[in-house]
Amino acid sequence: MVRQTHNSQVERDIDENLRRVYRTIVEQEVPDRFMQLLEKLRRHGHGTGT
Amino acid sequence: MNMLRGAPDPRDEILSVLPAMRAFALSLARNASVADDLVQDTIVKAWKSFDSYEAGTNLQAWLFTILRNTYYSDLRKSVRERSHAEAYIARADTDGPGNDGHIAVLDFEKAFASLPDEQREALVLVGASGMSYQDAAITCGVAVGTIKSRINRGRKRLADQLGRTGDGNPA
Repeated sequence: MVRQTHNSQVERDIDENLRRVYRTIVEQEVPDRFMQLLEKLRRHGHGTGT
Repeated sequence: MNMLRGAPDPRDEILSVLPAMRAFALSLARNASVADDLVQDTIVKAWKSFDSYEAGTNLQAWLFTILRNTYYSDLRKSVRERSHAEAYIARADTDGPGNDGHIAVLDFEKAFASLPDEQREALVLVGASGMSYQDAAITCGVAVGTIKSRINRGRKRLADQLGRTGDGNPA
């Protein structure tokens, strides 16, 4: 029983950690290089490559 | 240049998926600069193949699919995965294991980085990004049951590794 309780705590910790690590990145500002890339792709038109 | 009035251009939506793409890329590549290169390659590829995107379907799943295909194809071309994983784990090793009963951040990241690719991506897609099992299955090109079993195995493996952390009280 102790083991079970311990494991479910670990599982909760796993889920929290997964979300935390993910959130840390998602909440970061998108680096300029991507804005520049999208701008460049837009200028070159659609579907024609770079 | 979006000349079509009415129908929104899905290319304009890339920006809103970008943060999630970066997070997914990092979970696969485990190295920030490799991850952002991966995102960049994905955007360029997606831009060229938007004709194959079905409007109204899950854009994030579509972009994630391109991203992971790019990752695995890069992986086949190089041996960098091994060296990155080793560098990551070596860095995490400099910090001792936590012993406060909770999982220390580095313990978690180290254990997570050591999981097989297929388990990492399944855990991140469903457990962190909030994607449905169905969309995760489409993204990875496998059956829903396969995603579920990868998640279960990944969770178990993490629990086995991290469970030791709180072993102040023997079970």
